[in-house]
Amino acid sequence: MPHEDTAPILSVRDLTVEFVTRRGTLRALDRISFDVARGEVLGVVGESGAGKSVTGSAIIGLIDPPGRIAGGEVRLAGERIDNLPPEAMRKVRGKRIGMIFQDPLTSLNPLYRISEQLIETIRVHTDLDAAQARARAIALLDEVGIPAPEKRIDSYPHEFSGGMRQRVVIALALCAEPEFIIADEPTTALDVSVQAQIIALIKSLCRERGTSVMLVTHDMGVIAETADRVAVMYAGRIAEIGPVRDVVKEPLHPYAKGLMGAIPSLEGETPRLVQIPGSMPRLSAIPQGCAFNPRCSQVYARCHVERPELIAVGSRKVACHLYDTRSKSGVAA
Amino acid sequence: MTVASTPPNPPGRLARIWDSDIAWSFRSSPVTVVATVLALLLVAAAVAAPLIAPYDPFDPASLDLSDGFSRPMVPNEITGKVFWLGSDSQGRDIFSAILYGSRVSLLVGAASVLFSLVIGVGLGLVAGYVGGRTEALIMRVADVQLSFPAILVALLVFGVARGLIPPAQQEQMTLLVLVVAIGLSNWAQYARTVRGSTLVEKNKVYVDAARLIGLRAWPVMLKHVLPNVAGPVLVIATINLALAVIEEATLSFLGVGMPPTQPSLGTLIRFGQQYLFSGEWWILLFPSLVLVLLALSINLFGDWLRDALNPKLR
Amino acid sequence: MTADPAPLVEVHDLKRVFDVSKPWLNRVIERAPRQFLKAVDGVSFEIRKGETFALVGESGSGKSTVARMVVGLLPPSAGTVTIDGVSMHDAAAADDRQRLRRRIQMIFQDPYASLNPRWRVGRIIAEPIRAFSLIESEAAIAERVGELLTLVGLHPDDRTKFPHEFSGGQRQRIAIARALASDAEFIVCDEPTSALDVSVQAQILNLMRDLQERLGLTYLFISHNLAVVRHMASRIGVMYLGRLVEVSDGKSLFSAPRHPYTRMLLDAVPDVAMVGKVRQSVKGEIPNPLAPPSGCTFHPRCPLVFDRCRSENPPVIDGVACHAVQAGRVAAA
Repeated sequence: MPHEDTAPILSVRDLTVEFVTRRGTLRALDRISFDVARGEVLGVVGESGAGKSVTGSAIIGLIDPPGRIAGGEVRLAGERIDNLPPEAMRKVRGKRIGMIFQDPLTSLNPLYRISEQLIETIRVHTDLDAAQARARAIALLDEVGIPAPEKRIDSYPHEFSGGMRQRVVIALALCAEPEFIIADEPTTALDVSVQAQIIALIKSLCRERGTSVMLVTHDMGVIAETADRVAVMYAGRIAEIGPVRDVVKEPLHPYAKGLMGAIPSLEGETPRLVQIPGSMPRLSAIPQGCAFNPRCSQVYARCHVERPELIAVGSRKVACHLYDTRSKSGVAA
Repeated sequence: MTVASTPPNPPGRLARIWDSDIAWSFRSSPVTVVATVLALLLVAAAVAAPLIAPYDPFDPASLDLSDGFSRPMVPNEITGKVFWLGSDSQGRDIFSAILYGSRVSLLVGAASVLFSLVIGVGLGLVAGYVGGRTEALIMRVADVQLSFPAILVALLVFGVARGLIPPAQQEQMTLLVLVVAIGLSNWAQYARTVRGSTLVEKNKVYVDAARLIGLRAWPVMLKHVLPNVAGPVLVIATINLALAVIEEATLSFLGVGMPPTQPSLGTLIRFGQQYLFSGEWWILLFPSLVLVLLALSINLFGDWLRDALNPKLR
Repeated sequence: MTADPAPLVEVHDLKRVFDVSKPWLNRVIERAPRQFLKAVDGVSFEIRKGETFALVGESGSGKSTVARMVVGLLPPSAGTVTIDGVSMHDAAAADDRQRLRRRIQMIFQDPYASLNPRWRVGRIIAEPIRAFSLIESEAAIAERVGELLTLVGLHPDDRTKFPHEFSGGQRQRIAIARALASDAEFIVCDEPTSALDVSVQAQILNLMRDLQERLGLTYLFISHNLAVVRHMASRIGVMYLGRLVEVSDGKSLFSAPRHPYTRMLLDAVPDVAMVGKVRQSVKGEIPNPLAPPSGCTFHPRCPLVFDRCRSENPPVIDGVACHAVQAGRVAAA
């Protein structure tokens, strides 16, 4: 893998996903754009309905009808993958993009031993023979922190605890040495003490292998500890994207501000949590202009008519008219 | 807000029903629409039999033997009368006999479905909600019942009833006996389905919330659990209506069903098959055709209902 | 009220054992013994009037089982629950308990399952009013339902709608309105916000605090989320594998945790304040509750373990159940 390459490993431009229903076309993703650099962990955070999981599915070409990619492009290492034929896309999915899902049980077949599943995946994607593949599988299990891997490799998924299963899923995702991994809520089903272990594992794997990760989660705490950069999504759009420290400590977008204030923390006194009135709009009723305008405390006329584009503010980008210096009524950041 | 999707006026009740997902799913399935219209026509014709039927086929005074074996739509050679679907050996109008016959068939079918539904749903609810030994007992009985063909159970019940009821009253009681016989052979399916759904529903916390304010088992079962297990029951009941009509026809065909004085579609088919090889095909064909159409249209409606109410397929 | 009122809720040595044996026939064929799960093993605590007592723990800690026994949904295997002097399980107190029921309510985790989907909201909220015959006339009931809906931030006209027409947060508001319908004083909240998005969680937590202030409610608050518990509770009990390992007032639990498990848990929680910090890694996972470790159940994961821990279950002394703390082997703060 050419690590010295400074071009982003994944580049998403104006990606739009629509679901055609009899009541009209619903836009689940509305022209989102972002890059993931090599070796970087990009956190994608948002509440239910924000479109964070759809983003992951769209990148790996797993949008099922009636949904479809209605526009934009996805490039993996410079090469377009959103318009590949299904068979070619399937190869990209296994070989170049790895996947880790919320529930480890859905990724593992309960009827086969771990060894069978790992060895099969390794042999599909490499030229290794059975013995070499087994050795490689054991090495992988060791790497993801399974004790005594040469013994445990022949166990069935149900013989592992929840945290160990998620480690196996991570090993499975690493089999083909993918350049990019999409992890969709990888710690949500786990207990707090195990969550921390899995977060640490994902972080260290990234650092050692130079693999990029797109970490999709609703848990800001997980993002804060794992990600290098974070994209905050709202109603199918990116509200703010930038280095995790800046976005968490000093969010700019009114939604991101509200979101950070709403999270109870273990440190500092919070007599009353910040409250954003209302809730995320349904896809069938996304307001015109800025999707956040009905809930925003700093809303003004422009927000109702014009959708804000992502504009650079220091180290990050924000989709909010308040930070548009050309705007007369806006307050410059 | 400038949200385009909220219509200026809230639509009326009818418009809302027309716009609902289930109505849309109905409209977009032509087979279902045709089947439903056909089923409704057949049911309406059966209900309105005394008004539509050109003759009263069971009034001995109006029967004329010289009308016998009239061909469909052809004037009778002796009396010159025209029978749309022909007449039988006694000179009875087949069309009228079918109208009255489907009336009996549907009555027996609907009543037996209601009978098995009440028993099955009741036992299923109790089994699922109470659990333990009660559940084991009810479900083992249901298993035994399901391992016999329904028709055998019905024959058995019918035979026992025959032995118990004095011969003089047997003819009047036949309808009731048939309802019980068919009903008793079909309850297990309801019991199984309802027990399964009850096991799911009783673990939902809205049931806990009801128990928390001191409601006893029966009110919780009837007010909370029952409405939430009604969907699958409705589907089974619809499909079972078609099955019950066929089961009744089978029993009547075997000669243990409705007597010739109160013929159902099955009784008519039994008469008709005697003439199949002597050229009077219409006596068999038309009642059979109506039976097939009735069962098929109800079944098609039931199939659609099952898919429409199944959230997994939506 | 006196200066030091008797506690509203007293839980003494509560135990619950579940029979999780395989069916009789399987036991005979496989020669498997009967299996018992000790979900709750000797838990005692008190809740004073007007306070929020929280039980916090990971999955399998038995906290929800305690909640169900406290409200009387589940009979205990041993031990007592006494609310305002009335036993919740003693058959002799049945009449008193029926009068007490009105004053106890529960809010559940999943707002999608806690409201009967076939009932209109008005009927759901009015059910306790009718069950306890609090108001006779239908017009007065309707008015009361309207008041309750307004109290929890909904519109009185919402009573004619069905639960599926509301979002998760709104449903939880309906559940709260129902709990308040019988003028309840003590409300058991079983993970009331863990199914909700953070911004909605903030709304519900704020609402619960406001209602507590206005109506003088007493809460038993069950949660796995330490940050939420810290925000809500005046006193906190930490549970591990069916046992209460530490009880402490809210502030000192977080500033000076004493039990090694509490310390580990606090170290493990992903938190927004932890951006870029490197944390100590946590050992192991929760053992199988069907075969819990001997002695102190935490001993296999405990950094302070010594001989006594393996053989002897530590009693709760001065709010903490740990041999190491009791023997002075570790500084209390």
